[in-house]
Amino acid sequence: MSTGQVIKRAKYKTSVKDPGTPGVLKMTENKIVFRPNDPSSGTKLDMEFRFIEKHKITKEGSNKPPWLNLTNSQGQSYIFEFESFPDLHVCREFVGNALAKSEDAPKVVSDEQLSTADLQRRIKLLQEDSELQKLHKQFVIGGVLTESEFWATRKKLLDIDVSRKSKQLVGFNNSMILDTKPTSDGRTNKVTFNLTPEIKYQIFALKPAVRQAFLKFVPSKMTEKDFWTKYFRAEYLHSTKNAVAAAAEAAEDEELAVFLKDDEILESEARRKIRRVDPTLDMEADQGDDYTHLPDHGIFRDGSKEISEPQHELYRRTLSQDLNRQGAVVLEGRTVDVELEDPRTVAEALARTRNESIGNTEQGRLDRISQMTQIEDLQTPQDHPFAPLCIKDPRDYFDSQQANAVKTLNDSQAKFDRCRLSPEEAYGSLRKSIYKIKTVGLSDPIVSPEVALMVLNGLTQNISSTKSLGKNSQESVLDRLPFATKEELLHHWVSSQELLRHFWSSYPITTPYLYNKVSKLKDAMSLLYSKLEEIKAARSDLRHQVSLIVHPMQQAIEAALSHYDTDMRKRAARGAEKPNGYV
Amino acid sequence: MKFQIEDVTVYFPYDHIYPEQYAYMLELKRTLDAKGHCLLEMPTGTGKTIALLSLITSYTLSKPQNPVKLIYCTRTVHEMEKTLAELKLLHKYQVQHLGPASRILALGLSSRKNLCINQRVLAAENRDSVDAACRKLTASWVRAVAAENPSIPTCEFFEQYEKAGSGAVLPPGVYTLQDLRAFGKEKGWCPYFLARHMVQFANVVVYSYQYLLDPKVAGIISKEMQRESVVVFDEAHNIDNVCIEALSVSVRRQTIEGARRNLNRMRREIDTFKATDAGRLRAEYNRLVEGLALRGDMANTDNWLSNPALPDDILKEAVPGNIRKAEHFLHVLHRLVQYLEGRLETENVEKESPVVFVASIVNHAGIDQKTLKFCYDRLHSLMLTLEITDTDEFLHIQTICDFATLVGTYARGFSIIIEPFDERMPHIPDPVLQLSCHDASLAIKPVFERFQSVVITSGTLSPIDLYPRLLNFNPVVSRSFTMSLTRDCICPMVLTRGSDQLPVSTKFDMRSDLGVVRNYGRLLLEMASVVPDGIVCFFVSYSYMDGIINNWNENGILKEIMQHKLVFIETQDVVETTLALDNYRKACDCGRGAIFFSVARGKVAEGIDFDRHYGRLVIMFGVPFQYTLSKILLARLEYLRDTFQIKEGDFLTFDALRQAAQCVGRVIRSKADYGMMIFADKRYSRHDKRSKLPGWILSHLHDAHLNLSTDMALHIAREFLRKMAQPYDKAGGSGRKTLLSQEDLEKMVEGNMNDMFY
Repeated sequence: MSTGQVIKRAKYKTSVKDPGTPGVLKMTENKIVFRPNDPSSGTKLDMEFRFIEKHKITKEGSNKPPWLNLTNSQGQSYIFEFESFPDLHVCREFVGNALAKSEDAPKVVSDEQLSTADLQRRIKLLQEDSELQKLHKQFVIGGVLTESEFWATRKKLLDIDVSRKSKQLVGFNNSMILDTKPTSDGRTNKVTFNLTPEIKYQIFALKPAVRQAFLKFVPSKMTEKDFWTKYFRAEYLHSTKNAVAAAAEAAEDEELAVFLKDDEILESEARRKIRRVDPTLDMEADQGDDYTHLPDHGIFRDGSKEISEPQHELYRRTLSQDLNRQGAVVLEGRTVDVELEDPRTVAEALARTRNESIGNTEQGRLDRISQMTQIEDLQTPQDHPFAPLCIKDPRDYFDSQQANAVKTLNDSQAKFDRCRLSPEEAYGSLRKSIYKIKTVGLSDPIVSPEVALMVLNGLTQNISSTKSLGKNSQESVLDRLPFATKEELLHHWVSSQELLRHFWSSYPITTPYLYNKVSKLKDAMSLLYSKLEEIKAARSDLRHQVSLIVHPMQQAIEAALSHYDTDMRKRAARGAEKPNGYV
Repeated sequence: MKFQIEDVTVYFPYDHIYPEQYAYMLELKRTLDAKGHCLLEMPTGTGKTIALLSLITSYTLSKPQNPVKLIYCTRTVHEMEKTLAELKLLHKYQVQHLGPASRILALGLSSRKNLCINQRVLAAENRDSVDAACRKLTASWVRAVAAENPSIPTCEFFEQYEKAGSGAVLPPGVYTLQDLRAFGKEKGWCPYFLARHMVQFANVVVYSYQYLLDPKVAGIISKEMQRESVVVFDEAHNIDNVCIEALSVSVRRQTIEGARRNLNRMRREIDTFKATDAGRLRAEYNRLVEGLALRGDMANTDNWLSNPALPDDILKEAVPGNIRKAEHFLHVLHRLVQYLEGRLETENVEKESPVVFVASIVNHAGIDQKTLKFCYDRLHSLMLTLEITDTDEFLHIQTICDFATLVGTYARGFSIIIEPFDERMPHIPDPVLQLSCHDASLAIKPVFERFQSVVITSGTLSPIDLYPRLLNFNPVVSRSFTMSLTRDCICPMVLTRGSDQLPVSTKFDMRSDLGVVRNYGRLLLEMASVVPDGIVCFFVSYSYMDGIINNWNENGILKEIMQHKLVFIETQDVVETTLALDNYRKACDCGRGAIFFSVARGKVAEGIDFDRHYGRLVIMFGVPFQYTLSKILLARLEYLRDTFQIKEGDFLTFDALRQAAQCVGRVIRSKADYGMMIFADKRYSRHDKRSKLPGWILSHLHDAHLNLSTDMALHIAREFLRKMAQPYDKAGGSGRKTLLSQEDLEKMVEGNMNDMFY
């Protein structure tokens, strides 16, 4: 900020209901100082910007007075009431800049030392997300994880939060030309147009001539209200599709004529744009070659050509033109990011962006055309690495599931984390078991009861889940559980995910620190496992549904635990020789 | 890839080739061998252009002893650019494999407006003023004066080009218009005159139809092409219309007024010349006594549009005595204009044959047929003598002379129709006198006679036996290819009923029915919510499109449609339409999706491709019949019936269906592409209409898709889109191969290739 400081008269309020103390607000680059007019009053303020967390202002046009609300990191707010909105805008801009500066500053702090900004962000995240807070409480405060471990997996969250600061520009609505419909009270011939700053902005973007006229006429020649009245008068004339009447009115009133005539700015823009258009669709160039359609050559009246009266061409604007224009504007998107309150600033900002010239795109044109001409499938495909999407036959799936179950039981390693098998593997395991039967002979029950039960369970689970989903895709199993159970389950699920993530990410165990962490995690997981068991036992009436949800969670935890056990065993076997034991 | 077709080694710039392309090349090769003309229909999206280019260039490379020149005619400048871009690709490949010996010179030729690089000239608004502005700087007499008086402006690019003399040549290569301009800028030579000069030496020339078909232009540009040329008319389904338009003239009140002004100005000029430089007029007189064959010694830049009639018999005769003197000629023109003005003041529609009309001119204006015939060239000569450079001001008198020459030259195949007002707006008097040509073979006849092979090709030439009759020639090869598809990537449907199960049609008595309008709107709305990316809609006319869009706007359908996609519309203004198209493509590129409203027979339907995501669905609202009350159309139909025994109804249906097929054919570019086509009119379900669609559409039009309502069509569309999203084997896995590699081709040549195709 060039001035470096801003001084404004304002009322300081500690809360919304506080009547406020009149005084002078002085803001410098890093400080806010408020001095009341009455020196005896105790409501002085002297604070630095870096404690300010956010600022809000009241909207112009709402019935609230111009307030600037600053909130510090403790949530305490300072409200200043200004005398006018322009004052407010000046201060808002200043505060915005100052805050941006003070927020940027702590970034240089080295990684080891947790900056206050980071800390604040973390606190904010925890505040915003109760789920996260619960987890934090459970694990960090419960001692399972350290603070930094907890946040290390959530770096993204912190980053996203940063990037969110540059806010996304919302595009235009595709039906804007249809939005300005008048309302009439039904008794008189008067109609009322409801103009919001947004609509004004859209009109300016759609019609540069109106924007230009606005800058020219308002407020020197007419008031804003008169301006818009005139504009809608012109729109009305268009809508009657009476070019003669429009021409007559325009002849009498030069300001009105501005709205009725073709938009010269648009025309010049079109001439400029046409030079950059893709040559494969440049139809304008064709005209240059068309010697048949010299004036009066070729077939003049064969019914395919349209008839129009040339004299009033000037005042004829069609819906098609409007639609094309709207499409172009929507595609361009919002080009300026200013407060929409003041039509004049909007108009000026738009005028500025229009003038920006676009560089030479000739090369782009050529690239495009050569791209267009190639016939894609005649060329040897450029290999993009991709995995073919393979949608399996449901039978295949169940068959492989059975093999899975057999395998898991047979496999002493019990790798639960690999639960999908390819048909070949399934086939292989089937052959293996057949071979086993051949060599060993049939054991008394052909299939051991455990295996049978497991397969059966798996199948019923699958069938029932698909069935219930099929009936009503909106309602999942979870929704049918009582609310408390559902909440509890969800929480357990989140915490099991958290624990598992930390657990698996700490393998291979290379340092004693990781070793400790893993054992801590293991304890926490076994605790969780038993809790899940409890839930299953408690909800006997909903046993099936609960187990549907709990089962995969338990499976995952079991897998982790068994992995831990095997790892420990291996470690013990290798002894002290290999401290950096590889799994 | 490289392969043999009989004794020709073909260089093809891709690794694979479609079987149709191979078959197409084979037929083309046989045509070239036979030195005859051919007619080939091949579906859009099978790479016609590249097949054609690579066969003909390879043919020349294989037979260096008698090289053929390729004259490739496109309908539009952007097609010209596309063709040249493909040629560039091919040329690069050939040079890579054959070395610099295979280098060729290929260039595009267009008007001054598209080639000029002089900023002062380019500032002019339209084509005619650019031409005139160029003449003002480069005409021989202007340059002669400028040589003495340096304050007279000339064009520095043209002067540089002249100075370079015979050294000004284009090195071999492929030049698009853009490349020509860049080359001209670099060397400081005028690209337009350089290109005009190089056309004689180039191996491949790409230009617009009119440069061959319209005698006015062909007389200047194409008269020096050698007989050993292959002329290709691409996208030639409308060639008959181009031919008849090239020989048609109309005279309106504005023309008469303008011609009067032109005559007055010329009279003044003659008077000044008489006072200052009478010798010049006398010299012209002497020259005219010897005949009109005076072109040879004329400077390049003085060329003007040439005689609208066909050149043969006109140049050898001497100019009739009564118009040799400038004043006399002006008197003749004056009488002619007066006569035409008198004829315009009619209350009723009149139709006459040229013979009757000429007889009436003789009676009332005292101008005989031979004088009429020479009008155009006499005018041209006079304007040169008077050193008139602002030719764009003299278009009116030129029109009158065109008219006179045509009327004087042709006794049959034409008619003169005078209408006092437009049928559709009877309250506004706007008399017009039209000389309309009915016989397409007249304009194309010299092309068939002059060149060794003429290839007429397009995606829609059905029924293929009609074209030889319309154009009056005997093709040595006439074939229609079908499309071998790897998967059913086109999905044509005939929609006969709307969502309320009532029939939809643009038949005259139904088109303004609100129910039909609403049903069409619902159809588009439902489709917009299902189909990704671009949708193209074609309507039967501008007025119908305007009406229906306004209607949709009023009852809110348009707003609903716009919630799904952006909307762009073709208008009569070319600049606006071009920008709308550009935006449409941008919207499809960025994933926003858009709908383009266009008109059958409009400029967009003629030449813009809506391939790949630019067009996943095309809806043809109605059958695009011509305006059947048009007097000109009626006269043409009558002529066709009398001369070729073509029934009126048959011709109208043929014409409407070729337009419809042309519109919907724009969505497919290759076999990897896919698109749906909806014919939304109950009349398409009738056999007599449907059967006139090209074979490659018909073969995909299942019986179950012949009588759909909106909901059924929607269901089919969903299924189709889902099917198309699956990965597939591009080579066509089981059964017939749809994509051939070099090995496949070699194997095929050994065995009987016909097994593979049919």
